[in-house]
Amino acid sequence: MPTVNVDKEILFKGLGRVFTLEEFEDLCFDFGIELEEETSEREMAAKEIGAEKAKELSNRLIYRIDIPANRYDLLCAEGIIRALSIFLENQKPPVYKTVPAPAGKHQKLIVKPETGAIRKFVVAAVLRNMVFTQDNYNSFIDLQDKLHANICRRRTLVAIGTHDLDTIEGPFTYEALVPKDINFIPLNQTQSMNGEELMNFYEADRKLSKFLPIIRDAPRYPVIYDSKRRVLSLPPIINSDHSKIKLTTKNVFIECTATDLTKAKIVLNTVVTMFSEYCKEKFTVEPVEVVQTDGKSVMYPDLSMRHMETSAPYINKLIGTDIPRDKIVTLLTRMGVTASKGADDKAISVQIPPTRSDILHPVDVMEDVAIAYGFNNITKTVPKASTAGAMFPLNKLSDKVRRELALSGYTEVLPLILCSHDENFKFIKKVDDNTTAVKLSNPATIEYQVVRTSLLPGLLKTIYSNKKLPLPLKIFEVSDIVLKDDSVERRAKNVRHMAILYANMKGSGFELIHGMLDRIMLMLNVPMDVTGSGNGYYIKESNNETFFPGRRADIFLNGQKIGHLGIVHPEVCQNFEVPFATSALEMTIEPFV
Amino acid sequence: MSAIQDLILTTIDAHGAIEDTAALRLNGQPVDQLQVIGVLNSLTAREVVSFTILDAEYWLLSEEGNKVVEHGSPEVMVFNAIPEGEDGISIPELQKLVGESYKFGQGAAFKNKWIKKSAAGFARATDSVVDSTRNELIAIRDGKVLADKIMTDYKKKKLIDKKKTSSYNVVKGPKFTTTLAKEETDISQEMILSGEWKTAQFKKYNFAPGVTGVVPRGGYLHPLMKVREEFRQIFLELGFTEMPTNKFVDSSFWNFDALFQPQQHPARDAHDTFFLKDPATDRKYPRDYLERVKKVHSEGGYGSIGYVMDWKEEEAEKLLLRTHTTAISSNMLYQLAQEKEFRPVKYFSIDRVFRNETTDATHLAEFHQLEGVVADRGLTLGDLIGTLHSFFQKLGIPKIKFKPAFNPYTEPSMEIFSWHDGLGKWVEIGNSGMFRPEMLRPMGLPEDVSVIAWGLGVERPTMIKYGYDDIRELLGHKVNIDMVQKNPICRLDKKMGREL
Repeated sequence: MPTVNVDKEILFKGLGRVFTLEEFEDLCFDFGIELEEETSEREMAAKEIGAEKAKELSNRLIYRIDIPANRYDLLCAEGIIRALSIFLENQKPPVYKTVPAPAGKHQKLIVKPETGAIRKFVVAAVLRNMVFTQDNYNSFIDLQDKLHANICRRRTLVAIGTHDLDTIEGPFTYEALVPKDINFIPLNQTQSMNGEELMNFYEADRKLSKFLPIIRDAPRYPVIYDSKRRVLSLPPIINSDHSKIKLTTKNVFIECTATDLTKAKIVLNTVVTMFSEYCKEKFTVEPVEVVQTDGKSVMYPDLSMRHMETSAPYINKLIGTDIPRDKIVTLLTRMGVTASKGADDKAISVQIPPTRSDILHPVDVMEDVAIAYGFNNITKTVPKASTAGAMFPLNKLSDKVRRELALSGYTEVLPLILCSHDENFKFIKKVDDNTTAVKLSNPATIEYQVVRTSLLPGLLKTIYSNKKLPLPLKIFEVSDIVLKDDSVERRAKNVRHMAILYANMKGSGFELIHGMLDRIMLMLNVPMDVTGSGNGYYIKESNNETFFPGRRADIFLNGQKIGHLGIVHPEVCQNFEVPFATSALEMTIEPFV
Repeated sequence: MSAIQDLILTTIDAHGAIEDTAALRLNGQPVDQLQVIGVLNSLTAREVVSFTILDAEYWLLSEEGNKVVEHGSPEVMVFNAIPEGEDGISIPELQKLVGESYKFGQGAAFKNKWIKKSAAGFARATDSVVDSTRNELIAIRDGKVLADKIMTDYKKKKLIDKKKTSSYNVVKGPKFTTTLAKEETDISQEMILSGEWKTAQFKKYNFAPGVTGVVPRGGYLHPLMKVREEFRQIFLELGFTEMPTNKFVDSSFWNFDALFQPQQHPARDAHDTFFLKDPATDRKYPRDYLERVKKVHSEGGYGSIGYVMDWKEEEAEKLLLRTHTTAISSNMLYQLAQEKEFRPVKYFSIDRVFRNETTDATHLAEFHQLEGVVADRGLTLGDLIGTLHSFFQKLGIPKIKFKPAFNPYTEPSMEIFSWHDGLGKWVEIGNSGMFRPEMLRPMGLPEDVSVIAWGLGVERPTMIKYGYDDIRELLGHKVNIDMVQKNPICRLDKKMGREL
């Protein structure tokens, strides 16, 4: 969830009144954002660089506010203040408009075909006659950072460049060139460098280095030039120093290059709708003509209202309310959505502003009504359908087996399902033939490499962590292992196992483990197959390497092998650093369901 | 023991009392006062005697002190090691003779002007010396207490030590006798058959607070599973059917795409989800359904504009360890939609899910998730709110409220907050919402069917209930078995641990 820092004084000024902490928390809660904490730039920096170094920074109070991940229009202070003001009915939702360029001469951005291979899309807009202050300048930069981190997916999908239009001259071209052929002074630098040098230069940069791989190995880098061959930006890495925005900048050229056009349009709309607030003519934006490679021209941004039809019964039926249509219209206005009565006496015509890209379906409109109405004001009802409850049969059986094992003196443990490859194979003297274990491709923790195919390693690890407890240790687990199986959807299946383990100083407890098997079978009402009739269970000496020769056996049910038991091989114990004589049993319980 | 008991009783019988048990002699030897108090406690319980404690202090030589008595004080050792005459002895040789006491002894002897520097090293500066330290320590050893200043000084030098002893002054009790009947500790079958229990005297049972009985040893269930059992019972009481969640491996299709989670969603990043290397992909999901899912993502439909973006099957086919049990719910709802006629269902599950996180006190790569799902025609947000109230009421959580939130597959989405008395604030306890039409309609569910759902992690409420700080104390092989054995039964409607 993104967090936005909002200056408390500016916030309350924007909302037209001062709130207590509780009042503001409640407002956030009702609207669906969350006040994370009250802090200051100095306090935040002190945590990272120490109080001494942070001394010089501002101690103006800041509210840190968590916002929902799909509300890009709330990613800056301007957006939060505007949305809350509208919610509190202090202001009406603004109407965002495109206006013609002075003297009818709009800017052009011409796309060259080479860009198709690296970063296909570009959209642009101009903000005229803006007044920057230190506060809104900071917010302008901050919004771009927040957009880059969220919807732009760390600049892979979209990258934003903003420029002082009075330092450059259109028409602009969006090109893709061989790195060596691109030369410019990057933002806040003094030396000119080519594309290759630039990559090396920013390799050590904490903030920018992580974006370099997006284009680094490409034969051509995307770049935007003005008509005098001055570089505007090398997206998605950096802008040029020449066109940078200063506090004195009046006219701003905004370009967004992208691999996803829908997201580029959302990002551009977000920047211009938020910051056109500071234009001389509030909430107006000057369009830019993008000449595509196919020769067609498209004007950006598209600030038109999206139209959606819904109705009062539809909304009320989903929420479980009986809100009159007029009231629904008012509630929607508080959420920044303009609505009006529709064609018939129930219909509602909704106008979705360019700030609300999160509205995809009438259910999103319904949610806005529910939020403005107040979730906690909705009458509680319960579903009318009567249904009988039922346990999943395998879980029901597992619970009964677990209870029997506990009644027999074993303690339940719950090791993890993920383990290392060695633990699952080498440590229990098994060889991986690549037919059993599911393997992970990208674990963040090195010890998670495979999904276990046996419960035994987890039990041995648990004994290792509990070596100091009085002996004997008697533990069990009833849980799932996973096996590869190409015949099923998902190509792997869970198998419910039970495993028990006995560890002692003297006496491995082999007979006790054997006896536990007999006890469980008695409880499952399975007879011993003494005559070899193929009906019931029996054990047969085996060559299972995990166990000690001569003291190991397989368990058969109705002639089918279902598990094994034995004295755990001393080398296996050693591998898990378990200093005891140990016996274990493991088998599937699925045949008993 | 009985010899000491006899000694005490006969002594009191003869003298009327024992002034100080330290003076008692058994076969000419002093008696161990620890054994004496054992006897006195038992006799006092039977009101045969009563006693008061006499505390006494005495001084004892330390190991160092005993060494001085044996070898002399370090300064005297140094003096004695130096031969008479002006030549004296070299320093290394002197060190060798005196050993470890040299360092301290040489300084003190020099300060006392007993020795002086010579050509060789040190020579005697006086003819003879008196070892007063040794003499005084011998006196202390023999029970003499010297002037306070001297005692404190030796104590500081760790030559002597103060010890405490207890002995007892004993007088007759109301039931004094020298002929004590043997006390039985327990009743036996033999006594019952013979009737001996009628006359036998029984030892008093110790009912004192803090004394425990013999604790039974048995088998034990894991705390997390006890909590799971409670949750399951609540769902069953409410008429919910348990879903078959025994599928840890799932495809991105069921885990994300079927839930209308966009393909560029951050949760689908490799650093949040465990993707599989082997087997890596699977395409056995229903083809016609896949086409409908693809369409609703890329072009929209069912009244939705969709995400207007490329949708690639290469993303959907990737296998993973499920990141939530909703992967199963989506599959169950799909199956429900394939039934001839729609029927209302209530489903639940509590099972393990996986996240590719580095582990710490609050995060594990696997944990348990609880989920409840209700599908019926015409379900409302009010139904969800009412269902959650009755569910949490059963958990002993009467006060809940809802905050608007965002989740790609529910609309509306509500975070559930409960009032925590102990913390004095509202805390988030779960998530809930109504599944989006973009998720339900491609499955084939009728338009008027809504599905309400909620979910929460099981570990966190368990940690609060039982007062654990670290999730690794609860799940995984590092769990202390002793903790499992001592963990109380779980009753969700009774407050305990951090809930208070």
